[in-house]
Amino acid sequence: MADDLIFQPAARLAAQLAAGKISAVELLQACLARTRAVDGRVKAFNSFDEAGALALARQSDERRAAGQARGPLDGLPVGLKDVIAVEGQPLTCSSKMLANFVSPYDATVTAKLKAAGAIPFGRLNMDEFAMGSSTENSAFGPTANPWDLTRVPGGSSGGSAAAVAAGELPLTLGSDTGGSIRQPAALCGIVGLKPTYGLVSRYGLAAFASSLDQIGPLAHTVEDAALLLGAIAGHDPRDSTSFKAGVPDYRAALAARKGPWRLGVPREFFGAGLDLEVGAAVRQAVEFYRQQGCEIREVSLPLAAEYAVAAYYLIATAEASSNLARYDGIRYGHRSAAAKDAIDIYTKSRAEGFGPEVKRRIILGTHVLSSGYYDAYYLRAQKVRTLIRNEFAAVLRDCDALLSPTSPVPAFRLGEKSADPLAMYLTDIYTISVNLAGLPGISIPCGFTGAGLPVGLQLIGRPFDEAGLLALARAYESAHDWHTKHPIL
Amino acid sequence: MSNNPDLDLDYVANLARLALSDTEKTGFSGQLADILRYMDKLRQVDVTGIEPMAHASPVFNVWEADVARPGLPVEAALRNAPAQRQNLIVVPKVVE
Repeated sequence: MADDLIFQPAARLAAQLAAGKISAVELLQACLARTRAVDGRVKAFNSFDEAGALALARQSDERRAAGQARGPLDGLPVGLKDVIAVEGQPLTCSSKMLANFVSPYDATVTAKLKAAGAIPFGRLNMDEFAMGSSTENSAFGPTANPWDLTRVPGGSSGGSAAAVAAGELPLTLGSDTGGSIRQPAALCGIVGLKPTYGLVSRYGLAAFASSLDQIGPLAHTVEDAALLLGAIAGHDPRDSTSFKAGVPDYRAALAARKGPWRLGVPREFFGAGLDLEVGAAVRQAVEFYRQQGCEIREVSLPLAAEYAVAAYYLIATAEASSNLARYDGIRYGHRSAAAKDAIDIYTKSRAEGFGPEVKRRIILGTHVLSSGYYDAYYLRAQKVRTLIRNEFAAVLRDCDALLSPTSPVPAFRLGEKSADPLAMYLTDIYTISVNLAGLPGISIPCGFTGAGLPVGLQLIGRPFDEAGLLALARAYESAHDWHTKHPIL
Repeated sequence: MSNNPDLDLDYVANLARLALSDTEKTGFSGQLADILRYMDKLRQVDVTGIEPMAHASPVFNVWEADVARPGLPVEAALRNAPAQRQNLIVVPKVVE
């Protein structure tokens, strides 16, 4: 029974729940059993509250028995990256700084999941404060890639991606500031969507870089991602950057929106640094769309390709240095026992609470905002950002979406890049510009390397056209079976 | 911005209220110099007359009605305080 539920797409589990073939408690117990069996090796979870989740599962079964099921998500467990608040649950951001923090309220996405009957389950590992591309910068230790336990799952939402890929959970949420949903989804062989900036509320998401952060779904299939996105999207007065727009039925749009599409292929995203096998798999995906009658146009994004990483790491670290000033040892978070006065509390608590990458970024961000450097670094990066956004807007006038690799390389070995921060930053080269421009992007599986490592195809859409982007992704997925392959653990 | 970006670690660490160990300083100074050298490439871009972009949202000037609403209860707000007494957060004396 339990084994049959592992690796099932959420939409199919929802149908089984609706038909009374399984119960929410049975499904959760299957997830718990799988987690117990494999998470000692995968290490996707920082913690989970079994009793609390079982109570919610029982409530879901009672609602359904009373004919009051709330919709397709009712009874489905959804894992949350340990950066999204759930009232009464730990929120660590995988940092010693928040080792003992317990959320006093629900994030808006959490409240929406609960309202839909979903069961928020587990705190999933991540790079500390979402700063990283490998989930190695975690105070809990790294998460492993389920396809090869000696390799990284990507990051920063590595726990969210690995939990789905390993069959521990059917659905998870991550956050994506420069690729942190799409890149781990690609490296773990699953679907990951970063919505348009402003589509999903960030209230209750611990802030990293506020002009870039978005919450989004990770799942086995495009349909599952559509299902979960529909539950979390929409305007929220508690996030002043959230956009007042209607939320379409993304799942219904999968079938309603049909091609042929006009698709752009940015030539600079296939240049130096791209792994040959990754490039070949992505080009085959482009060829698939061409054979389906889509018009494929070679386009050029020279500024995005050349300058996005530099602009991003100036803007993101500047914003991080400001956002993380709140961790001062006064109101919450770690307070140094050695502190003698107020300044001492700040400097020592932060020294003891933050890990190396977070410190590196705070220093960098403080420097580029400091007097004498602001214009040369931060302001210039913001202007380059404008040019990058304009560049995307120009190509998306003539193209419905863009196709590219998600990551230039498949999953790399644990420890391979951890001593060289700049090399790690460059793994985000195809995803980062999408955040700078505020566009939606999705990564879907499009093949494997000879060594059996998953490859991701990135599809980039127009602002707030998630429905079109998901339909385009679904067109590829429905003609391929990559998403039905799972690691042996 | 130059080949040897003059990042004064002690000065910036003080601005950031972050104590760095000698080992961290040694490691960071090389890594941050590499990173800043990479950032230097932005100087190649002509940004004359370009407006800086703070964020990608089409939303500006969000106004909210000035209506009182309940906030976090005191117990919830103090739940994570490192030290508290009588509904207050306790800190070392800052004025002698």
